[in-house]
Amino acid sequence: MSQQGYVAAPPYSQAQPGMGAYQGGFGSGPTQPLYGHYGGPPQAFSAPPAGMMKSSVAPAASMPLSPGSSQYNPNVQQNGSHPQSYPAPPAVSAPYGQPPHSLYNSMASPGPPPTQQLTNQMSSMNLGSHVQGLQSPPPPASSVVQQPFQTPPPSTMAPPQMPPGLQSPHMSPLMSPPQSPPASMPMASQSMAGTSMAGMGRPFPGPPPPGPGGFQQPGLGSAGQPGYPQQAGQFGGYMAGPQQNMPGAFPGAQSAMAGPPQKKLDPDSIPSITHVIEDDQVKQGGQVFTTNIRGQVPPLVTTDFTVTDQGNASPRFIRCTTYSLPCTADLAKQCQVPLAAIIKPFASLPKNETPLYVVNHGDTGPVRCNRCKAYMCPYMQFIDGGRRYQCGFCNCVNEVPVFYFQHLDHMGRRVDFYERPELSLGSYEFVATLDYCKNNKPPNPPAYIFMIDVSYNNIKSGLVKLICDELKTLLEKLPREEGMETSAIKVGFVTYNKVLHFYNVKSALAQPQMMVVSDTAEMFVPLLDGFLVNYQDSRAVIYNLLDQIPDMFADTAESETVFAPVIQAGVEAFKAAECSGKLFIFQSSMPTAEAPGKLKNRDDKKLVNTDKEKTLFQPQKGVYEQLSKDCVASGCCVDLFLFPSQYTDIATMADVPSHTGGSVYKYSNFQIETDGEHFLRDLRKDVQKSIGFDAIMRVRTSTGFRATDFFGGIYMNNTTDVEMAAVDCDNGVTVEFKHDDTLSEESGALMQCALLYTTIGGQRRLRIHNLSLNCSSQLSELYKSCETDSLINFFAKSAYRAILNQPLKNVREILVNQTAHMLACYRKNCASPSAASQLILPDAMKVFPVYMNSLMKTAPLVGSTELSTDDRAHQRLSVMAMGVEDTQLLLYPRLIPLHNIDVNSEKPATPVRCSEERLTDSGIFLLENGQSMFLWLGQASSPDLIQSLFNLPSLAHLQGHMCALPELDNPLSRKVRSIISGLLEKRSNSMKLQIVRQKDKPEMLFRQFLVEDKGLHGGASYMDFLCYVHREIRQLLT
Amino acid sequence: MTTFPEYIAQNEERDGVRFSWNVWPSSRLEATRMVVPVAALFTPLKERTDLPPIQYEPVLCSRATCRAVLNPLCQVDYRAKLWACNFCYQRNQRGPQMPLVFLYVVDTCMEDEDLQALKESLQMSLSLLPPTALVGLITFGRMVQVHELGCEGISKSYVFRGTKDLNAKQLQEMLGLTKPSAAQGRGPQAAPQQSFNRFLQPVQKIDMNLTDLLGELQRDPWPVTQGKRPLRSLGVAMSIAVGLLECTFPNTGARIMTFIGGPATQGPGMVVGDELKTPIRSWHDIEKDNAKFMKKATKHYESLANRASSNGHIIDIYACALDQTGLLEMKCCTNYTGGYMVMADSFNTSLFKQTFQRVFTKDVQGSFKMAFAATLEIKTSREIKVSGAIGPCVSLNAKGPCVSENEIGTGGTCQWKVCGLDPSTTLALYFEVVNQHNAPIPQGGRGAIQFVTQYQHSSGQRRIRVTTTARNWADAQTQIQSIAASFDQEAAAILMARLAVYRAETEEGPDVLRWLDRQLIRLVGEHTCRVSATIDPNRKQLIPVFVFSVRSLVFNNSPDESSYYRHHFNRQDLTQALIMIQPVLYAYSFNGPPEPVLLDSSSILPDRILLMDTFFQILIYHGETVAQWRKAGYQDMPEYENFKHLLQAPVDDAQELLHTRFPMPRYIDTEHGGSQVRLYLHHLRSRGVTSAQRQCDIINNFPVQTLLFAPVPTPIHTCRHDQQVKSFLLLLFSGSLPALQSEPLPDPQQHVHLGAGKTLTCNL
Repeated sequence: MSQQGYVAAPPYSQAQPGMGAYQGGFGSGPTQPLYGHYGGPPQAFSAPPAGMMKSSVAPAASMPLSPGSSQYNPNVQQNGSHPQSYPAPPAVSAPYGQPPHSLYNSMASPGPPPTQQLTNQMSSMNLGSHVQGLQSPPPPASSVVQQPFQTPPPSTMAPPQMPPGLQSPHMSPLMSPPQSPPASMPMASQSMAGTSMAGMGRPFPGPPPPGPGGFQQPGLGSAGQPGYPQQAGQFGGYMAGPQQNMPGAFPGAQSAMAGPPQKKLDPDSIPSITHVIEDDQVKQGGQVFTTNIRGQVPPLVTTDFTVTDQGNASPRFIRCTTYSLPCTADLAKQCQVPLAAIIKPFASLPKNETPLYVVNHGDTGPVRCNRCKAYMCPYMQFIDGGRRYQCGFCNCVNEVPVFYFQHLDHMGRRVDFYERPELSLGSYEFVATLDYCKNNKPPNPPAYIFMIDVSYNNIKSGLVKLICDELKTLLEKLPREEGMETSAIKVGFVTYNKVLHFYNVKSALAQPQMMVVSDTAEMFVPLLDGFLVNYQDSRAVIYNLLDQIPDMFADTAESETVFAPVIQAGVEAFKAAECSGKLFIFQSSMPTAEAPGKLKNRDDKKLVNTDKEKTLFQPQKGVYEQLSKDCVASGCCVDLFLFPSQYTDIATMADVPSHTGGSVYKYSNFQIETDGEHFLRDLRKDVQKSIGFDAIMRVRTSTGFRATDFFGGIYMNNTTDVEMAAVDCDNGVTVEFKHDDTLSEESGALMQCALLYTTIGGQRRLRIHNLSLNCSSQLSELYKSCETDSLINFFAKSAYRAILNQPLKNVREILVNQTAHMLACYRKNCASPSAASQLILPDAMKVFPVYMNSLMKTAPLVGSTELSTDDRAHQRLSVMAMGVEDTQLLLYPRLIPLHNIDVNSEKPATPVRCSEERLTDSGIFLLENGQSMFLWLGQASSPDLIQSLFNLPSLAHLQGHMCALPELDNPLSRKVRSIISGLLEKRSNSMKLQIVRQKDKPEMLFRQFLVEDKGLHGGASYMDFLCYVHREIRQLLT
Repeated sequence: MTTFPEYIAQNEERDGVRFSWNVWPSSRLEATRMVVPVAALFTPLKERTDLPPIQYEPVLCSRATCRAVLNPLCQVDYRAKLWACNFCYQRNQRGPQMPLVFLYVVDTCMEDEDLQALKESLQMSLSLLPPTALVGLITFGRMVQVHELGCEGISKSYVFRGTKDLNAKQLQEMLGLTKPSAAQGRGPQAAPQQSFNRFLQPVQKIDMNLTDLLGELQRDPWPVTQGKRPLRSLGVAMSIAVGLLECTFPNTGARIMTFIGGPATQGPGMVVGDELKTPIRSWHDIEKDNAKFMKKATKHYESLANRASSNGHIIDIYACALDQTGLLEMKCCTNYTGGYMVMADSFNTSLFKQTFQRVFTKDVQGSFKMAFAATLEIKTSREIKVSGAIGPCVSLNAKGPCVSENEIGTGGTCQWKVCGLDPSTTLALYFEVVNQHNAPIPQGGRGAIQFVTQYQHSSGQRRIRVTTTARNWADAQTQIQSIAASFDQEAAAILMARLAVYRAETEEGPDVLRWLDRQLIRLVGEHTCRVSATIDPNRKQLIPVFVFSVRSLVFNNSPDESSYYRHHFNRQDLTQALIMIQPVLYAYSFNGPPEPVLLDSSSILPDRILLMDTFFQILIYHGETVAQWRKAGYQDMPEYENFKHLLQAPVDDAQELLHTRFPMPRYIDTEHGGSQVRLYLHHLRSRGVTSAQRQCDIINNFPVQTLLFAPVPTPIHTCRHDQQVKSFLLLLFSGSLPALQSEPLPDPQQHVHLGAGKTLTCNL
């Protein structure tokens, strides 16, 4: 982990050469937020929003904000065109046929409407639902949103309810000339409480945009193609700017859930992630992505594609926030788009992709540049008849070692180009020589130590027995090296409460031996021989042991535990055995026994929303800091399985795991019936994961830029070496880059990630990933090559790190500001001139605001006393080590309708947008975000469905805590179960299936994942956020 | 009228007491002039078949107003261990039956062969323990393991770092021996003994378990790199053993038996580092203040010894290694607690095996001969006070009217604690006559001394043995002859020697030598003391020889050996102690029955077999001719059966000695020209010179051979003049020195040289 806090190294450091000043944070820019991706500009406009937020806070409690926001929703528009860089896929019409695109028609309508007209249009837009709202009796607050789905609108102007796919792009009369121009405003006003009126009036940032209305089709004559605006490729979507300011509309973290019936702009009109995903899947799904082109933007993480490595690392290993770097630091500073790569060095590859080749140069080891030590790779240019090569990174000319010499062909390429992976591929491995080993000794195979808390709670819950039983079979499946009969991984066992019990399970023993170490103050390993054993050899003794453990402690009354000594014991064991490895710790509670690392309850909800809130996320200093260091030094990865019944100070307890490439799993109020299987799935995945140990990673870059900051489950002793006790297939390290100098468009930007690690078989290897990016002096290129999923990964990690040092409010502010800034910069520099009232999003970033908004509503970033401190800390730490897939899914869960599923289709069910409005009373939905999984049952779900899924006559018969669907022999049940098991299989974490009925209390849990809606614990809806951002953009532009 | 020697022998036989003087000078002044103080060697558990086998402490009714004594008319509930007083009907707990506790502390850093032998010895010992005895096992190497006993399905042990000392409280917590608060409310009053039962359990219950445990005991598994000693956490292991008993069985007889295969190399109590290239300290290092671990280690073991002794626990040390193991530093452990110190080359020797077995010797009733947690109290008549005791005991700091202000040995008290006793354990007690010159004691007055020994018999009962002795007072002015006649030179020699050893242990070397020499001069040079002058020279002729020998006992050998010899010298009874300082030499030949011969090289004849008993060694030496005959196999020829008998006779005698001696002596069978003969010569040599002329020769590096075969010492009383005494002393010093290191014998020339120089500077 970088020692530098967020303050010291803001992501946008390259934007400001004088970073020193920025680092000062508190001192330098007086109004400058500590955390920010902005260089200079933020000062200019960060103040107003702050003020606004303040003003918004007051009325927030009294709820009328919602009407305020609703008022502006109508302005939202979408123009979902795609960048031209992608060939227009033939299937495009299908996704575009969906409701949002109905708007395109009108947008494409000739001539920009005058301002007034815009207003009218907006009102009219609103009209559909508005009118309906008036016509229908006032529905209960919570169901309002569903109204449009329940009853078809009386007006033809409200088409969003059209089933997706059926809607023709042509039949969108929505934006046709206004019907009742003034209706909307007055009505909205009337429905507003006085306070909000006042608020509304107050903070208008500027005069209403004089420009043309929001629905202008900028500079395009292609109106002839309804629905498919062929505007400049880089334009993503257009949105009408809000006419008026909306006080407190955003960030209305506090806005109440319940409110009067709201008037909504058709939500389908704003950019949709599900559409983007679907589009990309349609366009690139099932295709081969060949990595032979520099700066090529890969398909989305959600898209199902195949990679052929032809010189650049697969996007599964490295993804970048943009594939076209700005040539200069100034440009980078100007656009504020972070330059970062998310590296998942151990990403698992699908079966149809070739595993990495292993290159063995024998005793000489890999060929490396003499100056910068970069490893031989496709970017080395062979010259002088093959006798020398020029390093692509530092341009140093090196002699080719004699053993490595090869002639060049007429193209100047080595004749053995295709025979040598290191010359032709983006990713490959070298066998490391002894120089790369600790103490110049070949490493021993790694070891897994299972450390089971046998205190009262774990015994009582039956967990200990569950673990012991599972281990017997699980240990048969330890990961093993390709082609090996058995796993080389050694296993060891420790149980503990206030003291530690080590077990000698040497195969020669008739029965296991237990060795108790009570000296927790100075932990040591009491035995060497027989502690870490080969499972196959010692199976009988281990079986014996695992059978005995639950009985041995069956009568325990010990409720206190230690924790730091447990980890220390693992470290000592690895040191003694001279190997690296992983600890699986199954801990029930906060360690309160008298020992190093003893913790006390420091949870304090009063700190939430204060400047001291950050202390809730900060680990306790001292013991654990040193422990992390020790762990990394000896290649000891810590995986923590927590089974708490109350606060356990995860911020501290997870500190070591989060620095050693480990994971933290949390099962609150663990009950074997409901959580047992869930936990076991996690454990199985965790044990069987492909993983490398005792790793050290170095990211080298070509001249002109360099890696400056790293985020992940890592430990950093210096500024360049990323140390990881272990790195598994799910660990992603986010690397930020800064300019050193000007980059050349011609030579582009190269990066090489070298990971030195020990394989599960005990071999020392070097894994190399190479990636080449474009460079451009045109910002439009950059925006075109942006990758939203990666961007959001970066923002999530940087914000989550920032909250350790800054008030959450600042962090959120900065996130919004930077979002606005990035978009404003695009608007200013890349988009064709258009009315200021239009929200113009770069195509590659058009769903960026959804993610950003979702990010700000995540537990760590939302200041709510209702959320458990542990959960927040837990999520914060888990995200830090996530790759792009995981953050994408986390921030935009999949919501899959099951009630209308085609049971015969092979195709996966199509997810819908994460919004309440997409739910129907009669529907059944599956929601998952990689961490949690819900089966939502609408109130009015058909008894047939319930019967097929649950074998129950009706929803009312559904009993309490079901955590799996019964295995029923009918097509629907089979299909649904296969979808669920497919997801469980695919995700890195197992998820507990929670079945919630509409309107039941647990539904709240489910609802917080509907990220397009207003946050349960605060945070704006997508629509509100977009409007707010738009307003910010406009401010920036004026 | 019996002679004094007969009188002395009778008294010893009956009381186990031998006084240096059997008639006491009646005034303080006279007494101090006698050089040898009034002192006694007391063997508390002297075996007496005629003593009533059991002596109960009277068991009293617990009602304060009753205090009736348990009697045959009381109702006794044996199961509940209750008895009802037949006078007041109070129900009384029967006096607690003390369990015997044996805690094995076993080093695992040794060769497999040694470990195997040790394991077998230990397993064997289990069968010798009474079934109710509690046993415990602590093993150590790099770590220290306290084994939980009686676990089924899994063997459990508590492991401790070998480098960190723990106090009793910490240990108690770490072993989970604290009064279990967790156990409260669970189960009907979980017996308070439950917790330590995990570590100390009755043999009958865990016999098999412990046998298996011992069987599975492995050599310390931690790797030892080349050029290093194994890391041996002896200091912590002993500390844990002491701590475990301290918090579980205070003031109950318990025996910690420590088996070590080498020196402590880490943690508190380490005596040498783990680098093999740095040898363990020698006297030379100690003198040069170059023994960097010694002081700290000694302190550590001393504190352990104090803790153990104050709880009544015994610490035994069985050290089997070729090199030193740190007995010097650890000696307090055995010496304060009455434990045994046994030194051998390997656990796989009969020396160790038999010695260890002999620890468990039983009497006719089948009880161990050892006794536990004893206190010895001395009461004296008014005219005499006790100055102190020297032996395996510690002071109980009991002040009283009979405590002298003059301390000799462990003084300032009239009560001592002797944690471990066996029938031969003998304490030296020193007295001071305090009667003033002007307060004459009437004719025929007697002074009395009572020894009250309370101890825990190995049956678990507490017993008391009371020994009361009385001696006549005599006025030195008028009855000097009778005082002189009562002089017991053997007792005196040993008592003086003990004192010398004690001073050697507690004071700087040269001072002790000087003191010893001065005492000798005073005693021998009769002009200094009227009383001693009047002693029949024949009755004190042995004294100088003894004292001379003591010098070598005190000041030769390696530090460990010295500690070892001193340990045994300080606890053995008079006869054994005498052998130690004056080996016995028997000659076997065709010329007659075996006869004691002079301890001199002149005793070596080609046709003789010599049997020498030095207490620690028994050597059989075949003269040149005998050896040749034996080599030729005459003993196997029927016509030379008498030769066979001749060969067998010393062997049989040796066996007899071997069977009774504790510790078992090293048995050496050698012959003329044999490799072990040097040991023989060594003993002869160290005692073999008399004349001033020779002494000068020695000092001038006279060839050693001459020294070895020098004639027998002429009786000391011929040395009447100062000059002669001086010469004699000079001789003594040089003579003692070749024995500085017994094995291997360095170049004798060098020895003599070194020795001469040293003694000359410090004495003359």
